[in-house]
Amino acid sequence: MPDQLVYAMEVTLNGLMAGVMYSLVALGFVLIFKASGIFNYAQGVLALFAALTLVGLQQGQVPFAHLINAVFGTDLHHFGWHLPAVVAIALTAGVMVLMAIAVEKLVLKHLVNQAPIILFMATIGLAYFLEGFGDVMWGADIKKLDVGLPQGISETIESVTADWFGYGFFIDNLDIVATVVAVALVTALTVFSQYSKQGRALRAVADDHQAALSVGISLRFIWVLVWSIAGFVALVAGIMWGTKSGVQFSLSLIALKALPVLMLGGFTSIPGAIVGGLIIGVGEKLFEFSIGPMIGGATENWFAYMLALLFLVFRPQGLFGERIIERV
Amino acid sequence: MKSKFTTAVVTAIALAGPAMADLVVPNLSYRTGAYAANGIPYADGFNDYFTLLNERDGGIGGEIVQVPECETAYNTEKGVECYESTKGMGALAYNPLSTGITYQLIPKVTADGITLYTPGYGRTSAANGSVFEWVFNYPANYWDGASVAIKYLLDENGGDLAGKKVTLLYHNSAYGKEPIRTLQALSEKHGFELQAVPVDHPGQEQKSQWLQIRRDKPDYVLMWGWGVMNQVAIQEAVNIRYPMDHFIGIWWSGSENDVKPAGDGANGYKALTMHGTGMDYPIYADIQKYVVDAGKAAGAGDMVGTVLYSRGMYAAMVIAEAIRKGQEIHGTSAVNAAQVRDGFENLEITEERMAELGLPQFGPPFAASCTDHGGPGAAMIQQWDAAAGTWNSITGFIAPDDAVLDPLVAEDSAAFAAENNITPRCQ
Repeated sequence: MPDQLVYAMEVTLNGLMAGVMYSLVALGFVLIFKASGIFNYAQGVLALFAALTLVGLQQGQVPFAHLINAVFGTDLHHFGWHLPAVVAIALTAGVMVLMAIAVEKLVLKHLVNQAPIILFMATIGLAYFLEGFGDVMWGADIKKLDVGLPQGISETIESVTADWFGYGFFIDNLDIVATVVAVALVTALTVFSQYSKQGRALRAVADDHQAALSVGISLRFIWVLVWSIAGFVALVAGIMWGTKSGVQFSLSLIALKALPVLMLGGFTSIPGAIVGGLIIGVGEKLFEFSIGPMIGGATENWFAYMLALLFLVFRPQGLFGERIIERV
Repeated sequence: MKSKFTTAVVTAIALAGPAMADLVVPNLSYRTGAYAANGIPYADGFNDYFTLLNERDGGIGGEIVQVPECETAYNTEKGVECYESTKGMGALAYNPLSTGITYQLIPKVTADGITLYTPGYGRTSAANGSVFEWVFNYPANYWDGASVAIKYLLDENGGDLAGKKVTLLYHNSAYGKEPIRTLQALSEKHGFELQAVPVDHPGQEQKSQWLQIRRDKPDYVLMWGWGVMNQVAIQEAVNIRYPMDHFIGIWWSGSENDVKPAGDGANGYKALTMHGTGMDYPIYADIQKYVVDAGKAAGAGDMVGTVLYSRGMYAAMVIAEAIRKGQEIHGTSAVNAAQVRDGFENLEITEERMAELGLPQFGPPFAASCTDHGGPGAAMIQQWDAAAGTWNSITGFIAPDDAVLDPLVAEDSAAFAAENNITPRCQ
């Protein structure tokens, strides 16, 4: 088989894997937009905050240590424990639920019936607040995140593809785990929304706020629920991306990789977030591989948006989004 | 009532700003945003050095140094705002730790008559003092770094790089593109094959780049990265099992922050450095006594001795020595910005002086001049020991290949002079 074709296959597989990583971020946006019509600008920062909290709890870091030490003249830094990853993840999920409650009580409750742009602006404020809050709470240094996920080349895939094609493919074990987690997450979310009482209520609110309220569904509870789930999804995204680069404040910028996925897949579809992620991932990687070297490389960021725009021209609601028809 | 209010406001402004007689060196820092993890130790080192001088020596020449800090978040527009908002305080010199901000400030400082000091970053050709009167970038710049890296590789390969493949992995920005021209010239001279691979900001996703490196199998990878790009690149290099001792970063890709997230896999990674690191310098005892223990440290005191803290401290030390030189030349302790510029231009840092400052063998000795604002350009190679968690210098200071660099600096600065109608001085 010609080398270029084999390389293109390797690039395609890696594009699919990268797409899954983008989808993990995009899922959080979709959940909140679907349930409340809010484009949550803070989703990337939620992933950062969740990852910071996870590392902080796992390593026994004293929250607000710098502030406490500065005010009281103490020298506190660590509690002296190292929690097992599962416990730390569970506790962090709990923190994300508490944050969802706080967001509902302190922000969303006061903005009921406001225009979507007002709610969007509120999430911008929330993003900046959370970034600063995370900084004061856990510090801005880069933290190594280790929850036991495997990283590095999959030797099995390398060996098998070497036998088949004469060239061993590179697939990162972390990407394989991310794919499994994404499949499990989407399955769990689908089962939850289809078969649980709360899931049905969530879908009812997504379909029609007014009708859902008229049958006794609590909008406030739904908001807490959906922000909690989005917080959990952000935690998963934060773990995957944080394992790759360490937990640091640039983690919030992963939201930039989710936007073209949302534009392409649609803001209201969970399968759309996955399929959109895969198309963006493969598209940008193949373009970089085939055309990038001719035009100086570094094409992925803009190509993802160009691809999304191209889809928008033909399907403004995205591949799986709901078509919005407003009658005058 | 109105006059009381006005008096109160005027008093508050007067108290909030530096006293008129103080020496003012603004710190355009970034403690927030995507690059905060690097900005914080650098800013701490910068501030702590001036605090040490104030607390131990009563300032410089008897004048207290004020270091008003302004947050840029590594954003060029904010950096310019910071400059505009602090220059009226009587600023003597700026060190914005950003090549993007530096490019914007060069015409401004030239018009305002304030020194811009950019050690190891910024516009490389600012080393030509005959064109860039108000900009200094000693002891080394990006082109020096590129040349030193290649000289080190020459040493490693018996003086011959012919037929070798060298990949430059660079941040796709003004900063990252700086060494390309030099490396192209060096590749022509030494016969190695150069491939430049860009990574877009912020560099969180580098799969394509590392698949390409894995396919191309370069003999060496050089990296011009910053922030998360460094951590991801080092992790990806570990993932594809690239030999870490063949992977060399510029000094902005060689801090503890860059290697620790990759754990043991980063062991053996190399980086350039233009100064020493670690705690084996007498100055740290004074910083502990007069700054940290006195509760006057800029941060929590936990960054002392790290690579970026050391670099911020070094930058502050050079500025302090330039102020001291300006005072000496003009016979006054209350120097102004123009007098401090004279101090920068006539600055001589000897090994004896470095030892007096508590920093023996920390940086290369150099002497600036009207034409030479760039210094010797020498740098060391350090290597990461993951088990010990330390950087170890594995070479002495290596001088760059000036035969290649001087014409490039002359060409670039001449172009700048032509674009800006600058008549070169002191030639």
